[in-house]
Order: sequence, then C-alpha cells, then structure tokens
Amino acid sequence: MRRTLRLLAATAALPFLAGPSLANMVYVSNEKDNTVTVVDSKSMEVVKTLEVGQRPRGITISQDGKFVYVCASDDDTVEIIDTASGEIVGSLPSGPDPELFVLSPDGKKLYIANEDDNLVTVIDIESKNVIAEIPVGVEPEGMGVSPDGKTIVNTSETTNMAHFINTDTHEITDNVLVDSRPRFAQFKPDGSEVWVSAEVGGTVSVIDNAKREVTHKITFEIQGLRSEQIQPVGIRITADGKKAYVALGPANRVAVVNAETYEVEKYILVGQRVWQLAFTPDGKNIISTNGLSNDITFIDTATDEPIKSVTVGQLPWGVVVAPN
Amino acid sequence: MTDIAGNVPLPRSSARKRFGLMQYLVCLKGILIREGLRYLNQRERFISSLVRPLLWLFIFAAGFRQVLGVSIIPPYQTYVLYEVYITPGLCGMILLFSGMQSSLSMVYDREMGNMRTLLVSPFPRWFLLVAKLLAGVAVSITQVYAFLFIAWFWGVKAPPIGYLLTLPALFLAGMMLGALGMLLSSVVKQLENFAGIMNFVIFPMYFASSALYPLWRVQEASPLLYKICQLNPFTYAVELIRFAFYGQVEWTSLAVVCGFTLAFMTGAIIAYDPSRGLTIRKQEGGNT
Repeated sequence: MRRTLRLLAATAALPFLAGPSLANMVYVSNEKDNTVTVVDSKSMEVVKTLEVGQRPRGITISQDGKFVYVCASDDDTVEIIDTASGEIVGSLPSGPDPELFVLSPDGKKLYIANEDDNLVTVIDIESKNVIAEIPVGVEPEGMGVSPDGKTIVNTSETTNMAHFINTDTHEITDNVLVDSRPRFAQFKPDGSEVWVSAEVGGTVSVIDNAKREVTHKITFEIQGLRSEQIQPVGIRITADGKKAYVALGPANRVAVVNAETYEVEKYILVGQRVWQLAFTPDGKNIISTNGLSNDITFIDTATDEPIKSVTVGQLPWGVVVAPN
Repeated sequence: MTDIAGNVPLPRSSARKRFGLMQYLVCLKGILIREGLRYLNQRERFISSLVRPLLWLFIFAAGFRQVLGVSIIPPYQTYVLYEVYITPGLCGMILLFSGMQSSLSMVYDREMGNMRTLLVSPFPRWFLLVAKLLAGVAVSITQVYAFLFIAWFWGVKAPPIGYLLTLPALFLAGMMLGALGMLLSSVVKQLENFAGIMNFVIFPMYFASSALYPLWRVQEASPLLYKICQLNPFTYAVELIRFAFYGQVEWTSLAVVCGFTLAFMTGAIIAYDPSRGLTIRKQEGGNT
C-alpha cells in the first residue's frame, strides 16, 4: 500500500519535476506583487510562481538556461534564480534602482542601467564584482548590446539620447539625440542598426551603427486612438532581421514593422499597457507583457495573430524565454 | 371546399401514403426553387439583408471599438476587437430578420391567395411547412456567408475551419428563428401587423441577448436584464454560432436551440392544421 502511494506521489510530482527542465519556460517579472511567473511556452499555461525581491522589472537568462537574473529595483540588487529549483541562489551588486540590463553575447558580463544614479554598471557575473561604472545621461533606462559584444547602447530618458559605449574602454564614443523619453534599445541581429523607442515622442528611431546617426524614424497611427496613447517601449527584431515588433504601451497593441522598408504592417491587439516582448527560441511566437491587464499574450509570428492571453501576476513588466 | 383563407381541408385518405421519398424530394425541390427564385428576384431584399448587419459592423461597432474595452471570455483565448465580438450576433440578426421575413411572406401569400397553391398540395401539411422552413433557412444562410465574406475584408476573421464548423450552428439557429416566424405568421392576420413583429419580437430579442454585449457586462448594468437575456432563446442561438466559429460546441446552447426549434415547429404545425389552429380562428374571425 505504501509503495503504491509512493509511486502515485512520484507520478504526480513528475510534471513539476519535468517542468523547469523543459527548454522553453517563459519567465515573467511581476512588478507589483514581487513575483516571477513561470509559463510553459507550449501549453501556454502557468507552471509556477516564484517569490523574488521588491519591484522586479528587467529580467534575462544565462545562455545555458540555468540562471535567471532579475532586477529587484526597490531592493537595489540583481537576484539570481536557479531555474532548476526555482530558488534565489544569490545576487549581484547592481547599484541603486536597477531597471533594465543586458547580458553580453559571451554571457560573462551584465550591463545594468541605474536609473537614479545616472550610471551604467558593468558586472562580471562569475566573480560578482563591479568592473566599471560609466556616467551617462539623466535617468538611464534602455540597454542594447551589439551582436559582436563590442558596443553597448544606453538610452537616457531625460537627456533623450542614445549613448554608444565601447565595451573595451567603457567610455562613451557617440551620443545620438532621439525623441522624448527613450525607453529601449535593440540591435538588429547583423549589428547594422540600433532601434531606439521613444515613449513620449511616440516614435522609433533607427540609428545606423556605422554612421551613428538617425537614418529613419518610424511613427505609429492607430485609428480611434489619440497619439498620446501610443507609447512605444519594448522592441524585438526577428533573427533574419526582416521584421520588428514594437510594444506600444497604453495603445494595447504590438506593431509589426517591416525592418527593411520601415513601414508599419500591422497592429496586433493584446492586453492593456503592453510593455516588453520576447521571442521563443524557435522564433515561432513572440510574447508580450500586458501590465494593466495582468497577463501575457502569445503571438504567432507567421500570421501575426494573437493566439492566447495567459493571466500572470500583478503588473507584468519583463519577459524572457529559456533557450533550447 | 375552400375556406376563406384558401385552405383546402385535405382528405386524410390513404392516397397520401403512396408518396415515395422521390416525390417528397421533388416537392422539397419545388419549394426550395420557388424561395430561391423569389429571393433572387427581389434584389433589394438581398441588398437590405446585407446592408443591415454591415451598418452595425461598420458604424456601430467602429464607434464602440474603444468604449467597450477589452476582455477575455470563452470561446475567445485572447483579446478581440468589438467588431469580432459582435459578428456572431450579427449573423444571428440576419437569421432573425430572415425568419421574420419568411413569416411576412406567409402572411403575404395568404392575403394574395398564393398559399392556396401550396396548401392544396396533397403532401402532409407538416412536410410542406418544414420544406418551406428549410428553403427559408437555406436562403438566410447564403446571406450570412455573404456578410461574413465582406466582414473578412474588414478584418473580422475567424479561424478558416470555423467558417465550415459554424454551418450546422447557423442551420440550427436559422431553423429555430424560422419556426418562430412561422408560428407568428399564423397569428398575424394582415401585412400591416408586421411592424408589430418588428417592435415586439425582433428588437427585444436582438437587444436583450448576448449579441451586442457579453452577458457579464449586462449583469453589471442590470441583474434583471441579465435574467431576461438568459431567458431569451436568441442568446443561445448567438452563443451556439459564436462557439462554433472557434470549433467548440456550447452544449447548453445546443440543447436550448434544439428544444425551442421543436417547440416552435410543433406550434406552427398545430397552428396551420386545418382542423385546429388557423382555420378555426379564421372562421371565428369571419363570423364577427
């Protein structure tokens, strides 16, 4: 009898044990209730919820998928979550109020924007030491890294600039003026361009990485919405560099932009105040976090149609998908 | 032998039993072709049947797009625009109007004496009525698909397979509303009374249902109205169509729609029975 019970218990526990080890887990940071929700990207269902530090926002994952890094903004730290156990196994010295960060392509360094201190902090992940603190414009937020890892771009919300930083010297090499309140910076996979979203300006500036100047400006227009409601935030560009997705904040839509002609092709209706985006590793889906409706929406990238919205914690902010 | 309404009391002779399936089908075909031709010849009827839902879609739904806000309720898996929400309701509206219109045509037929030709046929009365109902439903389903075709270009799209799966739901809903129309046509004595049907049947049925707003929203506004919506068979017709678009069966709606179809149909057959319903009432009417 006891053996049967044990067997039953083991069988019941199987899906939970198998859950985190599956490749495509989606991690969503919930700003308001201090949790990270784990969602299975195939079944599109919540697997579990992890308790983390206060006000989790920026979130990323190590290349081997073993650790998730979360900016606990109000705890002034970056927490490390072991994806296998779901436990917080350590933290990184982030400097005050970390909001967004980016992992270097070799996975060794973390570049963090410290909103309150006007700094970009560079951390060596292995030794957990701060390597450099780079002074940038006022209220730094967006962080992008070039595919070769030689350049990082930081956007400062109040200075309205994209700062190009050399990762060897840790010095700003170029400043490019963009529209009001730049939120996010994203390199094209071939490194030729950086796309910077301006929340208040309502535009996305395309900056040529070689010339370091704005070559195109993408604007958005949605029938029935006032222009103030269209606030571009998160950006993701497909691996082939042909299509870009831009989260439009309170417009409750994700814009699909042709990355070759810079024309907006479609607006996809998702939940309220869409903030950040993440592709699944196979590129078939893109996931948006919808802050005010407390859910995430899975979008099919082949048809650009929303598939399903899944309720997560309160005020979902960032999202990352575990690699294969 | 012919009474005032043009009804010929049929001899309940054994002759009726001689009809084989082929004869029944010939009769059905005749009625279908007549309804089809009549529909094709009334071009304005076709246009008006399309214009009505399209006005709702293009003007009403466009205005409410942002006002209603977004919500997820089954069968929807994610947020949908109001246009998408309202489309099954508009399909239901086409079936509702069409059902009532065929009731109008029965009244017209009776007034003009055309019904005599139909009812003088030696086929059983119930069969003639069902055949007429089927013909009406076939016509209204073509109207629905014409509407869905135009809506597709307006960006209202269901999964492609949904368009096929919704056919049985449209058929059932059409049968229910057509049978209701037929039952009403036995009560309406003159063409002029059709305006009454508009006011007392079509509008209340359409507005007090889940066609325009999800029921949870109706409940927020008024619990009484919510109860009324729940008692309205049209709500179930709309929900049956809505779920079918997404390849799902809403069993409650299916049961309710089937039940009401049977009830209305039985009612109509009784009402048109020369020995019971209409004839007796007509005779009473003639005496006064």
